[in-house]
Amino acid sequence: MSKEKIFEKGFFLVAFSSISILALIAFFIFEEGVPLIWKVGARSFLLGERWFPSQGSFGIFPMIVGSFWVTVGALIVGVPLGVACAVFLCELTPPSVSIVLRPTIQLLAAIPSVIYGFWGLIVLVPLIRNALGGPGLSVLAGSLVLGIMILPTIISISEDSLRALPRTFKEGALSLGATHWQTIWRVLLPASRSGIVASVILGMGRAIGETMAMIMILGNAVQMPGSILDSTRTLTTNIGIEMGYATGDHRQALFATGVVLFFITMGLNTLALFISGRRRT
Amino acid sequence: MISRHTSQRVAKGLIWAAAFSTLAVMIWILLQVLIEGLPLLSLNFFLDAPRQMGRTGGIFSTIVGTLALTAVAIVIATPLGVGTAVYLREYTREGRVSRVIRFGTDCLAGVPSIIFGLFGFVFFVILLRMGWSILSGGLTLATMILPTIICTAEEAIMAIPYSYREVSFALGGTRWQTVARVILPNAIPGIFTGVLLGVGRSVGETAAIILTAGSSLLMPTSLFSPTRTMSVHFYILAREGISMEKAYATGAALILLILAINTLANWLLWRYVRKVGG
Amino acid sequence: MRKPLNWVWACAFFILPTLLAGCQKPQGGLTVVGSTSVEPFAGALAEEYMVHHSKEKIYVQGGGSSAGIQGVRTEAAQVGMSSRALMPDERDLIAVPIAYDAIVIIVHPSNPVTSLSIDQIKGIFSRQMTNWSEAGGRNHPITLVTREEGSGTRESFQHLIMGKTEISLAALVQDSNGAIRQVVGDDPNAIGYISLGLVNDRVKALKIDGVEANVENIKKYRYKFVRPFLFVFKADPQGLAKNFLEYILSPEGQKLLVQEGLVSAATIADSPKGSQSPKNV
Repeated sequence: MSKEKIFEKGFFLVAFSSISILALIAFFIFEEGVPLIWKVGARSFLLGERWFPSQGSFGIFPMIVGSFWVTVGALIVGVPLGVACAVFLCELTPPSVSIVLRPTIQLLAAIPSVIYGFWGLIVLVPLIRNALGGPGLSVLAGSLVLGIMILPTIISISEDSLRALPRTFKEGALSLGATHWQTIWRVLLPASRSGIVASVILGMGRAIGETMAMIMILGNAVQMPGSILDSTRTLTTNIGIEMGYATGDHRQALFATGVVLFFITMGLNTLALFISGRRRT
Repeated sequence: MISRHTSQRVAKGLIWAAAFSTLAVMIWILLQVLIEGLPLLSLNFFLDAPRQMGRTGGIFSTIVGTLALTAVAIVIATPLGVGTAVYLREYTREGRVSRVIRFGTDCLAGVPSIIFGLFGFVFFVILLRMGWSILSGGLTLATMILPTIICTAEEAIMAIPYSYREVSFALGGTRWQTVARVILPNAIPGIFTGVLLGVGRSVGETAAIILTAGSSLLMPTSLFSPTRTMSVHFYILAREGISMEKAYATGAALILLILAINTLANWLLWRYVRKVGG
Repeated sequence: MRKPLNWVWACAFFILPTLLAGCQKPQGGLTVVGSTSVEPFAGALAEEYMVHHSKEKIYVQGGGSSAGIQGVRTEAAQVGMSSRALMPDERDLIAVPIAYDAIVIIVHPSNPVTSLSIDQIKGIFSRQMTNWSEAGGRNHPITLVTREEGSGTRESFQHLIMGKTEISLAALVQDSNGAIRQVVGDDPNAIGYISLGLVNDRVKALKIDGVEANVENIKKYRYKFVRPFLFVFKADPQGLAKNFLEYILSPEGQKLLVQEGLVSAATIADSPKGSQSPKNV
């Protein structure tokens, strides 16, 4: 066999292996999770309000609601701040400053979530408890910390989006007499909308997937949060807390939660593809 | 009517406020740990073994554990990921199959880490009987970062203008030669970023690691030993209140490690780009 | 294109890793997994043991009693630590008591309440009582903290104190004794339960029906909420497992445990070494 053929086969093998591995994982998760959803009934699994595995109750609705509120809260915190910072970096700072700040943001994105969770536990939770009441371990604490955690993602992608715009956009607007801010608000931001939205969706994905920091500061009560000062549990923290000892139906229910998360991720991905109209050749 | 100049001033003011408060909070989060933790760092701390469940002693075994797990994950995932990206982009034609594969990979890149942890726990630790070990943990981490490496490698390869390939072919290069001498060298910065993301994830991952590599404080002696990483150690110390002092110190060490990795990576990248002539 | 050959290559690529997995661990160490109540004590004992036997390796980790028992059953661990008696469907495993420990109710040191009756505890943990004033304390909502379902401490608490009354789903959930101690130590209005051996000056232990939880009262059967710390094995312990167990049950090992605040296995032994779970729980 010629050297070319060897390399081609080699790459094929590698590609086949890794895709098989990933397919195996997806298959495994579905194979463990779906039978339980079937057994319990999709409606009572997804909408059931009682999660009490030792009694055979597998309703994950409280966790869905928990994940939802915490994520929405994180977006409320993260998106305005993130986009504002992106604008700041792109438009309001000289290149010398942004060259320093960009790797800093990259660094902040790499800080482990346990550090954020720790800060939340030591600083935010007592603050919320003393100022607003409740146990402090709450949706509010989770949203704030999560919002901060997704900032680097939103900032860097939004900023890339803004930077990728042709200079003519800005120059044209300015030459027509628009102020700097008018240019940003009415020309640049709308033009980079798809990139910004993509960053938000990615941030959302990150928020939904966060486990560790949330276990530390959400309190993990198995209930639907009645207010932002209530404790709750997300889909991911539920898995994280219980997977060490879950067996049988209980373990399958956790895999089933994984299936749900898989679909949520798939949905977000499809949305991102749709919106950013990916230019794949 | 507010003049557009006033609204500009307000808007810019708000943006400055946003940027400042973001920076302030970020710094606060890091300083929270660094201020208490840095003074406690010493060479002894890094090189001593943890004693009394971490209440006294150092963190040497956790440093080794962190490095070992990350190394296993990267060594497995990088060749697989880059090879897959190369095959998908260079050796196959764009079609339904490759689009499905790409979609699937993108999705898996977004799946929460805990799911991979659950898979790793049931598959590697229990089914394959590897127990709680560096191997189980490393393999699980590898599966976590594989989709990301495939994605970033693909993006990096795609970003190379087709003309590069055309020139190579026109000069009589074979596909492999094109890949080896044109595509890969130009894609390395992008691939490297993906690998760096993988490293960051490996160092910071906690829940999945506890469930696959265990949380023993003993120095691991083989791939089959359980181990504790610095993130896990920090988490356990802080959460259980075993020793807040040691927790802060471990946290500071962790942040320094991330800083070191990132700085090193950026420097390597800068040198590479200069050498290859970006 | 020699298609069939590709597939042969690909399949061969899979047999290799499977073979690798088949090679069992050459590890010579002992993995001890399970109850977070037992963990610090097992860890201390392991450290002592390894000082005298430097070639041996004993790996101790937490995860909760059920996780430990599961670990032994799947042979992921050689020894399981449990802080509750074995369930009927776990009776095929072997459990050896290594010490006894009490469940104590803890509150913040600043909480004026010093004693609660069983009924009050049941009322609080089932959320029939939600304000400290109903139990003789301040006028403030009670923050309830409990362990996760797989916890031996929780199971013992349920069995010994709560009886048929369910722990409220609105309770905050933490996944280790230490974490509960942290939460209760930070929140002046929190209440939780942990192992007697883990009480420190961050929290205050309450008397139950006027009886204080201490070793004296445990030995005299006045404080009745006692559960065994068990080492669980799949079969009769051999080799390092056997040696470690013997060390723990020796006077030297027991002395270490008593020093740390536990009650030695010999004191309440009503079942000989090596038999099934003790009768008092």
